[in-house]
This record gives sequence, C-alpha cells and structure tokens, in this order.
Amino acid sequence: MASVELKNIKKIYPFSGEDKKSKKKNKDAAPEKKVNLQITDEGVVAVQEFSLDIADKEFIVLVGPSGCGKSTTLRMVAGLEEITAGELYIDGKFMNDVAPKDRDIAMVFQNYALYPHMTVFENMAFSLKLQKVDKKEIERRVREAAEILDITDYLERKPKALSGGQRQRVAIGRAIVRDPKVMLMDEPLSNLDAKLRNEMRAEIIKLRQRINTTFIYVTHDQTEAMTLGDRIVIMKDGFIQQIGTPQDVFNHPANLFVAGFIGMPVMNFFDAELIREGDKFFVELDGEKVELAPDKEERLAKRNVQSQTVTLGVRPEHTAIADKGIEAVIDVAEMMGSSVHLHVTAAGRDVIIIVPTADASVDYRIGDRVHFTFGGRVAHIFSKETDRNLEFD
Amino acid sequence: MSSVPSAQKAAPAKKNKIRLFGREYQTNEVLVSILFIVPTLAFMVFTFILPVIDVVELSFTNFNLKTRTLNYIKLDNYKYLLGEEDFWKSLLNTVKYSAMKLTLDTALALFLAVLLDKNIKGKKFFRSSFFAPVVVPMVASSLIWIWFYDPNVGPFNQILGWLGLPGSQWLYHESSALWSILLFSLWKGVGYNVILFLSGLQNIPDSYTEAAKLDGASEWKLFWKVKFPLLRPITSFVIMMGIINSFKVFAEFNVMTPDGGPLGSTKLIVSYIYELAFTNGRMGRACACALMLFALIFVLTQFQSLVGAHKTVDID
Ligand SMILES: Nc1ncnc2c1ncn2[C@@H]1O[C@H](COP(=O)(O)OP(=O)(O)O)[C@@H](O)[C@H]1O
Ligand SMILES: [Mg+2]
Repeated sequence: MASVELKNIKKIYPFSGEDKKSKKKNKDAAPEKKVNLQITDEGVVAVQEFSLDIADKEFIVLVGPSGCGKSTTLRMVAGLEEITAGELYIDGKFMNDVAPKDRDIAMVFQNYALYPHMTVFENMAFSLKLQKVDKKEIERRVREAAEILDITDYLERKPKALSGGQRQRVAIGRAIVRDPKVMLMDEPLSNLDAKLRNEMRAEIIKLRQRINTTFIYVTHDQTEAMTLGDRIVIMKDGFIQQIGTPQDVFNHPANLFVAGFIGMPVMNFFDAELIREGDKFFVELDGEKVELAPDKEERLAKRNVQSQTVTLGVRPEHTAIADKGIEAVIDVAEMMGSSVHLHVTAAGRDVIIIVPTADASVDYRIGDRVHFTFGGRVAHIFSKETDRNLEFD
Repeated sequence: MSSVPSAQKAAPAKKNKIRLFGREYQTNEVLVSILFIVPTLAFMVFTFILPVIDVVELSFTNFNLKTRTLNYIKLDNYKYLLGEEDFWKSLLNTVKYSAMKLTLDTALALFLAVLLDKNIKGKKFFRSSFFAPVVVPMVASSLIWIWFYDPNVGPFNQILGWLGLPGSQWLYHESSALWSILLFSLWKGVGYNVILFLSGLQNIPDSYTEAAKLDGASEWKLFWKVKFPLLRPITSFVIMMGIINSFKVFAEFNVMTPDGGPLGSTKLIVSYIYELAFTNGRMGRACACALMLFALIFVLTQFQSLVGAHKTVDID
C-alpha cells in the first residue's frame, strides 16, 4: 500500500555498437516503421515526459500499442531499468537509486518467470524465506494465497506440470503472498487464450478487492484497460496521450489517437465542417447539420474556437439509421447477435454503423442505400492540424 | 471400388516382410539399412570392440613384449597388482590429483564464469584469454611450463624472489611436483569449463533473475538459490568429464616429470600402466591394471549421475 509518483520520467536506451552499424542499413531498408520513437545521439528515447501521481490503492492501467514504452515505464518503477531522467517516489521516498529488492514491489511477468526448479509452494514461499519469515507463517500465507487463487491442489507440483492458466495463477500468488506496497503486472493475460483471459480478468477484479494494494497494470488490450482501471494512461511513441477514468477517455478522448484506440469497434472519422454561429456550434457533414450538445458548445466557446474544417469522430454505437440523413452504401452486414454491424461507405470514408437487432426490421443487403444520423452529444471534434480535441486543447 | 485393387496389391507385398524385435519391416529396407551400418560397425569392431576384448583376454595372461611368452595365468596379474606398492601409490596419487583438480577446476571455472557473466569491460578479452590455453597443444604448453618452473632460471622463482619470498623446487621435489602439475593443468583446462558454465549462465532467462531480485534476493542468494540450481545439468556434465579426464591424465605428467617424478611422487595410474607395458614389457599386468582403472571410472561416473540425475531441471 503506497502512493507512487512519477515526475517527468525519461528513458533512453543507449545504442549498442551493433545498433549503430545496423541503423543506417535499416533506414534504407525499412522506411515504414510502426513505432516512431524519437532517436537522439544518446540512443532511442523509449519514454519521455512521463508524469503521473498514483494514489494509494489505486488501480492504474498503462495501455497503448506494442513498443510504446509501457513495459519500460513499469520496469523503471520496479527498478529493473535505470531511470535516465526524472524522479520516482514510492510512498514519498525517492526511489531512483534504490535496488529492486529494497523497493517492496512485486511483479507478475508476461511469461510468468516461475522458477523451474522449485515447486509451486517453493515459488510462492521464496520471497518470504528470503525475508526470514517464520516457517509456520510462510505456510499459512502461502496456503491462504493458494486458496484465493484456487491452486491448493498444485502446491507440490513443478511449474512444468501446470497449464498456462495455472502458471498464471501461481505467478500472481507469488506476488500476493508478499503483501507488497505496489503490485506490477506486465501483460499478465496476453499468453492465455481468449476464454481464460476473460476468466482471469474477472479474477483480477475480485482479487483487487481482497488484497487492496496499489496496482500498475500494463496491457495493449483496451478492453482490459477499460474494465480493470480506476484510471487509464494511454501511451504512444513514448509519450502519454491521455490520463483519465475509463468514462473520461471514452467520452472525452484528448486526441485522434485516443479516440481511435479506445472503443471497439473503432470510432468512425469524417472530414466535416465546424460552423460557429454566435455561441452555437454545428457540425456539418454531407449536408446534415447537427448542433453540438450545450456543454460542448460552452467549452468550444470558452476556448474561442472558430468555424473550420475538422475531423469529426462518431462511435459506431452512437450512429442511428434514419429515414434521411447522411447517405451510405452497405459493403458488408455482420450479424453479431444483439446487433448488426453495417460496414458502409459514407462521405468517402469506411464507416461502421451498429444497429440493435430489435430495430433491424429490414434485411440489409450489400449495395443497399441507407441513411444515418448522430446526436450532438456524441460528436467528437478534432483539429485538422494538431489532431487534438478542440474542446480541451 | 478403389479399396479392392489396393487390397490385392497389399497381399503379395506381405511376402517381402521381415519381423525384427517385434516389428515388421520391408526386407529391402532392412538390407539397405544394414548396408549403411556396416562400415561404421566394422570400424567400431576393429578399433574398439576387438581391442577391448583383447585387453580383457590379455589381462589373464603373462604376455611379455620382450620375451614373447604368453601363458594363461588366471587372476595372477590382479593379485600381483593388489600386492604391489607402486600400484597403490600411483592410485593414491591419481585420487589425490583428481580430487583436487575436480574441486578446484569446477569451483574456479564457475567463479570465473560468474564474473564474465557480469557486464564488465573487456569481457571478450578475458573470455579469450581464459580459453587460449585450451587450444595450445598439451605437450607444447607443458614444455613452456617446465621452463616457468625451472628453479634457477624460471620466472616463477624470479617473481617470488622479487617479492622477497623463498623459491620452490617445483617439479623437482617430491612435496611440490604433483601440485605444480596440478597448477599447470588448472591453467590449461579451466577455460573450457568456463565457457561451458558461461553459456549455461547466459541461457538463464533474464526474467528469472529479475523475478528473484524483486523477490528480495541479494546477488549471493540469487546465485545459490536460482542460478546455481538452474546450472545443474552443466555442473553435472563438467564433473562427469572431470572425473573421466583426470583419471586418464597422462601427457603432461609424462612430459613434465618423466619416470614418475621425484621419488615417484607424480606417478599416476596411467603412467604406471605405461611403465608396466612399455618399460617392463609386462603387457598382461598392464591390461589388468587398465581394466581396474576402467572399473573405477565407471563406478564413479555412475555414482555421480545417480546423484545428479534426479535434480536436473529444464528451462523452458
Ligand atoms: N533493452 C532495450 N534496448 C533497446 N531498446 C529497447 C530495449 N527494451 C525496449 N526497447 C525499445 O523501447 C521501446 C519501448 O519498449 P517497451 O517498453 O517494451 O514497449 P511496450 O511494452 O509498450 O510494448 C521499443 O521500441 C523497444 O524496441
Ligand atoms: Mg511490453
């Protein structure tokens, strides 16, 4: 149980000799890169300007595409990676130079990292033995953790004799027996299959209520982030994009990247006109003019936003089929059970419209023409120049 | 329809089959495979199996290279050896040497490998300097060390002199000869085991080390509780090969201290066998002695693998 404070943290991975040589070749060979990390003379900047105050017992999720610096950040908190610049405080104490073993932090690794030569019991007891905890107390705490995680039957087995899901539980068990100040988890569920992943996600939510400590959880899966986090930190290319509650980042994405990253299926984007008439704001798309919600208008007015061409974002679940409105041609209709996902072309863009099955009285066919609209509360307005949400920045 | 002709075809094929070890094989397959085995098998038979059988047979004779006599004398050779002081002395020397060599070599190699596993500067340089002696031919390096050890002009005594320490007779005194050769053989052989241990250490995934650090392990505990147990298969192999090689050691002893050294203090079992066979011509006794050495190595390695086997681990 502890607060964690990261102040303007930066991580540079220095080039090794070989990197420098191969870098030049790579530039010519592979010009299109997925990750656009900044490269300086000192090396690759994996994380920068990372500032975050984590409250005691808060559950923070770092989320972002692969290579954006999530693991690096987590490993700096753990002490496994040196902090290039910035300050880290745990429980108010300066931690930059404290060895991992003295930070009282537990971590669950993606590949579990269970000691192969020890039984499950020994794996879980290892840290307690090192702390010279009394034998009976070790026994009690390991059994208690095993009980919570439902692994009591495997205590005498070696990790090799366990399934992926069981190993994952042991890895979590090893972390919780210690009752650490901070619990770090690096993509703990990504080696599990989809069904197990959903089960374990639910278990982590339950676990969290029982053990009551500070969590920092890394994932690339926005669903995990949304369901687990008290607050979510969305990262890209080593920079924080937005910090907020799941509702926050869903309802008020700070920029185009967050808007596209959070939510499934992804938000639809259009080229549209923002029109200001006094203190009223409208967005016009394909001849449809929709007035924005009052709170949005207020924020835009306050920031003195003028009429301009913008990127308009509307989530698929916030569109509605109507008799008139924006015209769309159906490319694919996916029956999902509770709803139908219509993949359509509208205003020159690929768009998804979600129609609840209850309303889907019509049989949608490829090539059919439909019309849809959206409400002023769910329209997200992004600057064409900066990709940022015009309401906030 | 289609199953009928295939059934007909299968029936005559049955005739060309042969049963071996409870399985059925095509006759021509068996013939071809025999053809492939024959050269290797013949080589094995003539260079290994027949000589071994010969050794066993000769150990029951008084075959003498000089007088060319050959009579069967039952267990007399074995009885002779067991009553011979030289035999026991060379065996004791061998055990002394092997025990020291095995312990020091393994410990030193492990220690150096752990140091080299750290991110120290000049790692590559140290790694190759430890390995360099391994690739120098044994006789050549033995000759160089004879000079190192020379009590009058050798650098070792000179260095000791500069440090104000008394010199040593090294290879020329019964109390120091065996240990001098031991020192040489550590220098000569440790690099090989360093490389083995180092590769083992580098094969241990970082995540185990990291997990242990977060679990609160000091460097010391990390090594003994996590890394060392994970190195077990390699340690096992190093010890096994160490037993075999140190009991068989011959060349450096024969070059540095021919004829068993001062007062026979460096006469090892293999040197003794050599002496029996080629100096004295008593081939029968030499064969008996060789078989006893073989039995000893066999028992020791079996014991070692029994102790080591159930504790091996798989890193996955
Ligand atoms: N040890 C390292 N040396 C050099 N670059 C590294 C190292 N570890 C990670 N990186 C780079 O830093 C960036 C961030 O990595 P990481 O934090 O692992 O991303 P994530 O966990 O978000 O997928 C990546 O581009 C990666 O290539
Ligand atoms: Mg990662």
